[in-house]
Amino acid sequence: MTTLGSAPTAAPAAHGTPAVDHPAAHALARRHRLRWWEPLPWILALAFYFTFPNYLGFGTELLITILFALSLDLALGYAGIITLGHAAFFGVGAYTVGLLAFHGLWNEPISSLMLAAIVAGIVGVVSGLVLLRTQGLTLLMLTLCTMALLEEGANMAHDLTGGFDGLPSLPIPPLFGFFEFNPLFANTQYLYALAVLLVCFVYVRTLVYSPFGQSLTGIRENILRMHAVGSPVRARLVTCYTISAAIAGVAGGLWAQTNAYVNLGSLGLDRAATILIVLILGGHGRLYGAFVGAVAYAVLSHFLARIYPTAWQLGLGLALVIIALFARNGILGVAAALGRRLGIGRATP
Amino acid sequence: MIFGIDFASILLGGIAAGMVLFIVSVGLSVTMGLMGFVNLAHGGFAMFGGYVIVLAMNHWGMGFLPALAFGFVVTAIVSAAFERLLYARLYNAAELDQVLFTIGLVFIMIAAVTLLVGPENQPLTLPPALRGQIDLGFTSYRTYSIFLIVVGVVIVLGLWLAFERTHIGAQIRAAVDNRRMAESLGINVNLLFTITFAFGSGMAALGGGLGAEFIGLDPQYALKYLVYFLIVVAVGGPGRVGGVFYAAIIIGVLDFVLKLYLPKGGTIFIYGLTILLLLWRPHGLFGRKET
Repeated sequence: MTTLGSAPTAAPAAHGTPAVDHPAAHALARRHRLRWWEPLPWILALAFYFTFPNYLGFGTELLITILFALSLDLALGYAGIITLGHAAFFGVGAYTVGLLAFHGLWNEPISSLMLAAIVAGIVGVVSGLVLLRTQGLTLLMLTLCTMALLEEGANMAHDLTGGFDGLPSLPIPPLFGFFEFNPLFANTQYLYALAVLLVCFVYVRTLVYSPFGQSLTGIRENILRMHAVGSPVRARLVTCYTISAAIAGVAGGLWAQTNAYVNLGSLGLDRAATILIVLILGGHGRLYGAFVGAVAYAVLSHFLARIYPTAWQLGLGLALVIIALFARNGILGVAAALGRRLGIGRATP
Repeated sequence: MIFGIDFASILLGGIAAGMVLFIVSVGLSVTMGLMGFVNLAHGGFAMFGGYVIVLAMNHWGMGFLPALAFGFVVTAIVSAAFERLLYARLYNAAELDQVLFTIGLVFIMIAAVTLLVGPENQPLTLPPALRGQIDLGFTSYRTYSIFLIVVGVVIVLGLWLAFERTHIGAQIRAAVDNRRMAESLGINVNLLFTITFAFGSGMAALGGGLGAEFIGLDPQYALKYLVYFLIVVAVGGPGRVGGVFYAAIIIGVLDFVLKLYLPKGGTIFIYGLTILLLLWRPHGLFGRKET
C-alpha cells in the first residue's frame, strides 16, 4: 500500500513540475471528497418512501439490486475480475439466512446478515484463492462452473434446502424486536434495506478511494506493471474478491429476509447475467453505476414488459449490443463524455 | 448391471449424445482458438439452425436430410453476415465487451424466436427409416443413436482430413498456434475467421437439428445448453478439433451415466471435474500453452 499511497505526489514530480501544484495531484488528493450531488440518491430514496407507499416492495427489490450490483462493481469494475458467477455469493448469503431461519437455528435479522456476509466471504476467499490464478476464458468458465456447482448442490440436498421449490415462509422476527416485516406493507423492509445499503456503500466508497482501491484500478489497467512495481497482485485480487463476495452475500441475505423465502433462482445464471447487465447499463467502475443501472433496468423492464413480455428481452438484448459496440461505459460513461464535450467542468470520474 | 450388455447400451447412448455435443461445439472451439473471441451466442446459432431445420420439415415438408443441409447453409450465411457486420468490430475489444455483446445477441435471438415462432417446444419427427431399433449382432439399439454415431464419425474424419490435409486447414492451424506469425506470412486471418465462423455456426445448426429429437428445441435452448458447450470447449482446449471430440465424448458418456444412476443433481460431478481439470490444466486437456 505504501507504494501507491505516495503515488499522487511522486508521479508528477517525474515530469519535472513541482509535485504539489500539478493538477493531477490535486485531482487525486481530492478524489474522495463528497461532491454536492452525492446525497441526492439518498434523498430520492427517502422521497420515494413517502411518495409511493404502495410501491415499497418494488423499492426494496431495487435497493437490493443496487447493493448486489455494487458488490459486482468492486470485483468487475474496479479490480477487472470478469465473472459470470457472482450470483453464487448472492445465493450463498440467501441460503445462509434461509437455512438458519427455516431450521429454527437463528433468525435475528441483523446478526443473520452478518453471518451471511461471513459465509459468503469464506466461499469467496476459498474460491478466489483457487480461481484467481487463472484469467480470461478459463476464469470465466471457472466462475460459471462454481456457480453451477453450488446450484446443483442446493438442488441435490433436497431435504435440507427444499430443492427446486426452495424454502418458503421463513420465520423472520421483527427488527430490533419491534419493527415487523409485513409482507403487504413493506415499510420496514424498505428502510432496513436502505440502511444496509448505506452502510455497505460508505464502506465500498471508502475502500475504492483508499490506496488499496487505487491499486485495484492499477491491476485492472495494467497487471504487468503492478507486478513490476511490487504490488502483491494476487493477494489484492483475492481480498477484493472476498469483500465483494461478502457484500453480495449481504444482498442475498437481505433478499431472503425481505421476501421470507429462498429458492434456486437466487444463484442461477439468470441472476448472474442480470446483475452484470444492470451494472454495465449504469457504467462499471464508477460507484454510482450500480444505482443508475438498477433504476434504468427497473424502468426499462417495467415499460417494455408492459408492451409485451418478450419485447423486454428483445430490448435488453439490443441495449447490451449497443452498449458493447458504441457506449462502453454505460449510461454514466455517456453522461460523462457528454459533460466533457459540453465543457461542464470535470464530470464524474 | 453396469457391465455386460447394459454397458454397451450405456456407452452407445453416451457416445451418441457426445457426438451431438461435438458437432455443436467444434465451431465454438475453433473460433475461440482462432480469435480468442468469447462467443456466448454460439448456442444461439445452434438454436437458430435447429429452428430452420424443424420448421422446414414441418411446414414445407422437406425431408430430414435436405432440411439439415438447408439449415446448415442458411445458418452459415446468416452468421457470416453477423460476423462481418458486428463481431468484426469487437476483435480488439476487451473481453467484457465481447461477453456483453454476445449475451445481448443471445437475448435478441431468444426474443426473436419467441415472437416469430412461439415459446413452445418444437417437435421433430424423424423419418421412418431412423425410427425403431436396429440389430447390431451383440445387442439391439435405437437406430437414431447409431445414426448419430455414424454421422459424428464421418464428420470428425472429414474435419480431421480438412484440418490436417488441406491448405486452408494448415492456415487455420497456423493461425491458432500463432496468429501474428501467421499474419506476417501473409495469411488473411480475418477472411479465414469469417469462413470458419460461418462453417462453425453451420455445424452448430446441424447439431441443433440432430439433437432436437432428444434434448428438445425451445427458445431457452440457447442459454440452457451453453454451459455444456463451453465446458466441452474448455476441457478440450480452444482451437483443438481432436480435443473437442474427445472432450465431447467423455462428457456425453459421463452425463448419460450420471443422468441414469443419479438423476437428481448428478451433473454436479461434471462441474466439479471441470473445475479441477481447468485448475490442473488451464488450457484444457489437449490445449497447448499460448505462445
